[in-house]
Amino acid sequence: MSERPFLRMDNIHKSFGEIIVSAGVTLEVEEGEIHSLLGENGAGKSVLMSILCGILSPNSGQIIYKGRPLNIGSPREAIRHRIGMVHQHFMLVPNLTVAENYVLGQGSPLRLIHDMEKVHARIRELSDRYGLGVRPDAVIEDLSVGEQQRVEILKVLYHGTDLLILDEPTAVLTPQETDRLLDLMRGLVKDGKTVIFISHKLDEVMRVSDRISVMRDCRVVHTTRVADTDPRELARLMVGRDVLMELPRAPADPGDVVLSVEGLSCRNDLGLPALRDIGLQVRRGEIVGVAGVSGNGQTELALAIAGLLPIDSGRLALNGRDITGLSPAEINARAFAHIPEDRHKMGILMPLSLAENAILERYDQPPFAARGMLQRRRIAAHTRDLIARFRIKTPDEEERIANLSGGNQQKLVVARELARDPDFILVSQLTRGIDIGAIEFILQEMLKQRDAGRAILLISTELEELFAICDRILVMFHGQILGEVPADRSRLEEVGLLMAGQKAGHVAQEA
Amino acid sequence: MLDILTLGFLATLLGAAWRLATPLIFASIGEVISERAGVLNIGLEGTMLMGAFCGFAASFATGSIPLGLAAGIAAGMAFGLIFAFFTITVKANQIVVGAAINLLGLGLTAFLFRTYYVSTGRGVDIARPVRIPWLSDLPFFGEALFRQNLIVYSTVLVTVLAVILLYRSSFGLTLRAVGDHPKAVDVAGRSVAAYRYGAVLIGTGLAGLGGAFLTLGHSNQFVEGITSGRGFIALAVVVFARWSPVGAFFVSLLFGLFYALQLQLQAQPMLNIPYQAFQALPYLMTIVALIVVGGKSAAPRKLGTPYDER
Amino acid sequence: MTMTQIERDGRGAAAVPILRLVGRAVARAAVAVALPAAAVAIALACGAVLLALNGFDGADVVNVMILGVFQDFRSVTEILLKAVPLILIGAGLCVAFRCNMWNIGAEGQLYAGAVSATLIGISFEGLSPWLYVPAVLVAGALGGAIWGGIAGFLKVRFQASEIVTTIMLNYIALIGTSWLVTGPMRDARAAYPQSARLFREAWVPDLIAGTRLHIGILVAVALALVLYVFLYRSSAGYAVRVVGINPHAARYAGMNAGRNMMAAMCISGGMAGLAGAFEVAGVTHRLYQNISPGYGFEGIAVALLAGNNPLGAILSGGLFAVLRSGSELMQITSQVPQVLVSIIQGIVILSVVAFAAIRIWPRRRS
Repeated sequence: MSERPFLRMDNIHKSFGEIIVSAGVTLEVEEGEIHSLLGENGAGKSVLMSILCGILSPNSGQIIYKGRPLNIGSPREAIRHRIGMVHQHFMLVPNLTVAENYVLGQGSPLRLIHDMEKVHARIRELSDRYGLGVRPDAVIEDLSVGEQQRVEILKVLYHGTDLLILDEPTAVLTPQETDRLLDLMRGLVKDGKTVIFISHKLDEVMRVSDRISVMRDCRVVHTTRVADTDPRELARLMVGRDVLMELPRAPADPGDVVLSVEGLSCRNDLGLPALRDIGLQVRRGEIVGVAGVSGNGQTELALAIAGLLPIDSGRLALNGRDITGLSPAEINARAFAHIPEDRHKMGILMPLSLAENAILERYDQPPFAARGMLQRRRIAAHTRDLIARFRIKTPDEEERIANLSGGNQQKLVVARELARDPDFILVSQLTRGIDIGAIEFILQEMLKQRDAGRAILLISTELEELFAICDRILVMFHGQILGEVPADRSRLEEVGLLMAGQKAGHVAQEA
Repeated sequence: MLDILTLGFLATLLGAAWRLATPLIFASIGEVISERAGVLNIGLEGTMLMGAFCGFAASFATGSIPLGLAAGIAAGMAFGLIFAFFTITVKANQIVVGAAINLLGLGLTAFLFRTYYVSTGRGVDIARPVRIPWLSDLPFFGEALFRQNLIVYSTVLVTVLAVILLYRSSFGLTLRAVGDHPKAVDVAGRSVAAYRYGAVLIGTGLAGLGGAFLTLGHSNQFVEGITSGRGFIALAVVVFARWSPVGAFFVSLLFGLFYALQLQLQAQPMLNIPYQAFQALPYLMTIVALIVVGGKSAAPRKLGTPYDER
Repeated sequence: MTMTQIERDGRGAAAVPILRLVGRAVARAAVAVALPAAAVAIALACGAVLLALNGFDGADVVNVMILGVFQDFRSVTEILLKAVPLILIGAGLCVAFRCNMWNIGAEGQLYAGAVSATLIGISFEGLSPWLYVPAVLVAGALGGAIWGGIAGFLKVRFQASEIVTTIMLNYIALIGTSWLVTGPMRDARAAYPQSARLFREAWVPDLIAGTRLHIGILVAVALALVLYVFLYRSSAGYAVRVVGINPHAARYAGMNAGRNMMAAMCISGGMAGLAGAFEVAGVTHRLYQNISPGYGFEGIAVALLAGNNPLGAILSGGLFAVLRSGSELMQITSQVPQVLVSIIQGIVILSVVAFAAIRIWPRRRS
């Protein structure tokens, strides 16, 4: 450790109610380095950086910056201290030009904008210097995601920065754009800036960093020079092998194919290619996992299978019958259950009761509906049954689901979907944002379903969850399935490297 | 009957159209500013009524037209403050609060008018036409177009000012950002709420001015419901004009032209077109415009959505 | 501390779940009634202050507006007569608002219904009343449903904001009515623009002889009940609510959001159209240019005060009818301008909105 670090965040604590998002983080960054923050989703990287640039304030802890204690109350003050952050979700106003975005909120509101030519010239100059190709008069909404990101980076440089924080900048980029970005980061450091690079992609971190801090469970667990480590060690640190839970399970006994996906390609809601020629099969009595860094097409895969996203090409079949192009209702009716990625967006209706949430897909089917009327007694009895079986903590079935904890909400979604007696269960981010107790319960329930002969496709960014219950794991990268690995914990690093886009061969070379 | 097609008739028609469009121009440009900041104020009708009544009352008491106009603007802004408090601070649904504002405006103006003024039967002086030298001497159109009162001329000034405010000032830049991506404004260190308050107050102030024109520059009396739906039409103008102040100016003129045509037709009973056809045309055209431009393509992305800081 | 919290803390009560359920139902009903009641009280108080400030007797608000209107039997029937369109429209709008469709166009839908009902009512002489009255009412409901359905279609097909289109359709309906009664449908013998009189057989029968009150009040209350059952007890109503709460979840559940939005617009439009039919076939027996004193806009406040619950719309519709009658009475007895009612309605809405915010705020902070 150096005598007088450029930036030292000391024992930073932050919690929202009972949820801890930063558990005493200590981080040191030296001047003029590229320092990577590596960690899985939810490891606490973004929270830490939000604290550093004034969006969140810590409950306790101290920040020393350029040798002096730093107290930042707002993003504006951070800019004044020459700390700039490029957010994962861009802070660019779509209907304004690049230059207008840069002067947004600057100076007196009553000022007339007459010196835009100067602003344009300065943008052109900076853009040329770093080879960013940003046109100052371009309107943001006309730019691609990659271009918008360069606009964001240049915005930070325009405001003047010594410390640049990039939050998951490569999540939205093509490989070529990523290369350009990494070059840019090196250029910035040569220019005397310091860069904090947040990522969960091992290969990029290895390529560009001077030092790496690995975060897990809202702590920095290790900081190392890049020369002193290798992807294998980093993967182990990220996932934290020692905390993997061991659930007792018998070997799988796969039967007939239930879900088959062939040559599936589709676009995301921005119209960009999201899935390329995906093929996979899930058999009766097995759990197939889909691993991958978020944003590599997993969301689209789930939506396409469920009939919620139109597909460009390919074929989907359930129990040997073609379901390509069917409506969600028709797919639901074919013994298909879906535990969606974001329960608040899709899975539950916050203002309604548990009972009303328990019949979401079967509101017009017997036994819950007869002659067009809801059968309230049967619905209540059914819901009470789910509450009892899944040990959902609630006063009763009439409680509004919004009053329940995340874990109990998710239990209701799982209970509802399993109660439909499905042959195939599509599961996305099963345990996101819920407590450990609920996680274990739900994972065990999934294993029971497998042993009862159901076919399960589990899409998750949590490797721990995948290794705990899957039988084999497919790894997605840039909209494709890059490889398949047996769900054996000894193969963890292989999965990690595939997630980073590296095939097994490369590992052998590097090892 | 054929005199409809003469140039003189056309000129008179255009002059009347500008006059009839004036309250719409004020109200719709105000609403453009408000909606650009993400606030949809369907309470414009009630706000304009307040402007019309208070403008009338102040002018009645003082005999001064400028004071009347100022009172109209102030009354509009007072209603704007109520609207802003409930929609921005309390974060209530903008449509619901707007509906309440309309009821309040309608009720309050009619109540006060009946209590204090209806029996007097007296009106106020209205703004006198002013000839613009040189322009008013132009053949055919000069006389009809450029002998209006100053309030009518000021619509051009207001349009220009609105353009400068929205597109040339730092305030306007931030204001447009507030309607599209409020979070970005927040991160840039400006208060989203303050800008929305500002936009609503400017918008309702202009709506109040538009209302005051009706009693001080058009008819010399207040009548219950004198706005007869202009506040709602202003909302349509904004959509039709695709949230642009210059667009709002010209779309208002177009709607004003329909008013004028319809009045002319009522005066020409031998013509076989029902005047209601021209009355209904602006509304039909607004619906067609909505279909053609598509509902959301030009609208501020966060129109109608309260901003949640978290 | 809210009732639910008390219940949750009292774990011992779990042994008697039925009691707890009943307790919560009572608590919810109490909140559902107490808050609107408080809102009305605040509005009346503001009305009293306004009167006092302007040289009237502030106490009149309570004396005349609330108590005075119940002075005799006839005045009660007049209140109920005014309640008919308010309950119909308010209950219908509950369905639209629950589906997150901001139908501001009940006024136009009322006119569309009135026109359709009149067209039928002046066209078939000698039809049996048993057939004719229902035919007129159905025609009115259909006219309103189509008028509302247009806005629904434009929303679903072109994403055209229903707020703007329903406002435009209001004017088109009003102007269209004005054209009809001054032009093609005008009764040539009358000095004032109005349609011919509906045939006697098409008139909605009186409920109580010697008063103007017709059976529409029974229909309005019954339909409000039906819509309550529809929204909260039927599968189709469940889908309407789910679409209104979260369209993504609705798609996930296999519902067709567009179809439900259309249904909500047609139902609310149909109710407003029926209100229009009752006005012509039950009250005026002719079509006039301004057959509604703004019932369509008042219906928005009725639905809001009812918390978008059609059962509540019976109460709030009745209450608004009381306010309307009361303000008319005040004009006669104390020369207080009748429009006081609009002011009170506006304050009622703002109070309801403020209460809702107060209930949400503590939760946001925690």
